[in-house]
Amino acid sequence: MLTGVYASLFYVATALLVGGLGFRIWEYARTPAPLKIPIPPAPTTRRGVVLRILRELVLFAAVFKANKWIWLFGWVFHAALLVVLLRHLRYFTEPVWEWVVVVQPFGVYAGFAMVAGLLGLWARRLLVARIRYISAPSDHLMLVLLIAIAASGLLMKYVAPTDIVALKSFFLGLILFDWQPIPRDPVLLVHLGLVAALMIVFPFSKLLHAPGLFFSPTLNQVDNPRERRHLANWARELEIGRN
Amino acid sequence: MEQLEPPQTGTRELADPLEIPDLAPGCMSASKPYAAAAEFQEALGYPGELVENWHDVAIAKMGELRGKYRSFRVFLDSCVKCGACTDKCHYFLGTGDPKNMPVARQDLLRQVYRRHFTLAGKFVPWLVGAKDLTTEVIDDWYSYFHQCSQCRRCSVFCPIGIDTAEISMAGREIMDSIGKGQKYSNEIIGKVHKIGNNLGLPAKALKATLADLEEEVLEDTGVPVRFPVDEAGADILLVTPSADFFAEPHIAGLIGYAKVFHQAGARWTISSYASEAANFGLFIGSYENMREIALRIRKAAIDLGVKRIVFGECGHAWRVAYSFLNTLAGSFDFLDQNYPIPQHICEYTNDLIEGGKLKFDKAKNDHIRLTFHDSCNVARGSSMGKTPGGQFEIPRAILRASCSHFYDMAPDTIRESTFCCGGGGGLLTDDLIELRKKGAQPRMRALQQVAEDHGVTHMAAICAICKAQFSKVLPMYGFDMEAIVSVHQMVSNAIILDPIGDGAQTGEN
Repeated sequence: MLTGVYASLFYVATALLVGGLGFRIWEYARTPAPLKIPIPPAPTTRRGVVLRILRELVLFAAVFKANKWIWLFGWVFHAALLVVLLRHLRYFTEPVWEWVVVVQPFGVYAGFAMVAGLLGLWARRLLVARIRYISAPSDHLMLVLLIAIAASGLLMKYVAPTDIVALKSFFLGLILFDWQPIPRDPVLLVHLGLVAALMIVFPFSKLLHAPGLFFSPTLNQVDNPRERRHLANWARELEIGRN
Repeated sequence: MEQLEPPQTGTRELADPLEIPDLAPGCMSASKPYAAAAEFQEALGYPGELVENWHDVAIAKMGELRGKYRSFRVFLDSCVKCGACTDKCHYFLGTGDPKNMPVARQDLLRQVYRRHFTLAGKFVPWLVGAKDLTTEVIDDWYSYFHQCSQCRRCSVFCPIGIDTAEISMAGREIMDSIGKGQKYSNEIIGKVHKIGNNLGLPAKALKATLADLEEEVLEDTGVPVRFPVDEAGADILLVTPSADFFAEPHIAGLIGYAKVFHQAGARWTISSYASEAANFGLFIGSYENMREIALRIRKAAIDLGVKRIVFGECGHAWRVAYSFLNTLAGSFDFLDQNYPIPQHICEYTNDLIEGGKLKFDKAKNDHIRLTFHDSCNVARGSSMGKTPGGQFEIPRAILRASCSHFYDMAPDTIRESTFCCGGGGGLLTDDLIELRKKGAQPRMRALQQVAEDHGVTHMAAICAICKAQFSKVLPMYGFDMEAIVSVHQMVSNAIILDPIGDGAQTGEN
């Protein structure tokens, strides 16, 4: 019964995450950007645009320029999250990929770094008047959700370990449509429930900043308006009958 | 060359241009520009007064913009409320009103967008800060979307590149569509559609003004520098803000362009039909109005048979010219493809300087210790020359060529991080003077620093709005109103004129 609930939950969560995100990306892609609005430093080549987006994606360059604290907490959280996610690949692959094994030992420290980054961001959201002003309940809740996911994960690592072999066969079973029983540890069930919740809200929340970064016209446009005419389809229609 | 003695330094405590104020909620909620009368609204195709079903019309417009502009959709979806932009707006720094924090300004629109266009906003509005569109919300929009000069400083610091200008433009367009337009911008756009320039200066008056100017320069210099209007067969069409025909220090800049053209021996002309570089269609977020104004320039270029288009000193005009003209009114395959289309007067002048074609007597500017105010739309909405960052380097190169004493202001207040003058984006109107004064504060403080540290006496700009705004607010901060100069005014002061230009133009007529 419990296995069935969690199996269905993850199928639904995955479908919503992939489908929802796919739908958003499709929406963004088909919505025209009728004018050239890159912000400086604006690259003049496609290659330059790729480098610029990579710089924002990897280094958070704009935030670094804006505010060192936000940068520190934000960057540490995101980088740690990435390592933690990569580490978790071992529960979904058999045999475990070589490089995932290499990442493995860093993953544990990353868990702590992730919590530290999130707490820093939350502290700013609570303590800095400007940021408190712009925060809706959902902004706090999102941080609580992420902190709870990370904390429950660390709890399993250090305090209440679960049957990791059984857990892995549960997930491999999900992938192969050959369901295996899920371990009945409360901390694990909370951890997985929260992760599924995160997956479900992703396409309906501000987590859309992830695809947004790639579709932001101020970042992804080449600064060459004088060299190449840029025209949206709906704008082309205005030209019918023009000299 | 005699070195000027800088004024006393280091004795006064100077305010930090970037100082973050305490939050003062609602302190600017009463700042509202005059509403556009029915005649100005209707001339642009908008309802004359607030329509009865304004709520539904506004939401429908929002849906339309969401389909037409990726920026609108992505920017409203993607903000994580990280707070990086919160202390970046000059109007926030100058007023402390939290709704002038870029993200909070966006949220005025985002709250309604979420309510109507997102699942969470429809079902759990309280959770995500979603709100219905009420008259109070519209009042906030009218107030605070007219406290954004669309200078895009915030976007430089945003991890997702969210540009508040796109949001305030959309907000203004939605308000226009329900009959709640702003007098200043909409009246001016009407004048351009009807007469051809923001001032409403008819062709006859324009010609008379320029004829007077020609005489004046002849008297001053003894050189017949020409100011041609509507001369078919000229090579270059100069499109410049109409302020250049009208007030100081703008005119001094226009004289500078004319002297440069004279020295280059260029055959150039102004068009009385497209006698305006400014394009306020940008400010109200109206692609159609912006396009209609831009098409006047295309028509003038075709009618006069010119080969090149050069723009005078105007910030948002250069943004529209550089970034949008090809889109709005292109393609320009009938112009000479060997030159940038369009070209900025600074690019034109700088090319001549680099080619050794202009000579300067810098001593003529020795009474001036100069700094440069990067105009926001030039800095963050355009470029110049062939290398990225040319919009910063080229004007400075011109100033250094024409003046011996040049000092930049603090690095985080110039170039891509430059502060708006406080009067851009359709806010250069007397009904917003308090806002304009407060918004100028960061720039004024940066100027005070450089005046203290290097004895700077003057600040050059390449934007008609900046020049007009500074003429007004400089005295409020203890400076002389004439401390603001045109870049080409510096050129005009120092350029060494040959009695007759190299080209054929002087011999004609």
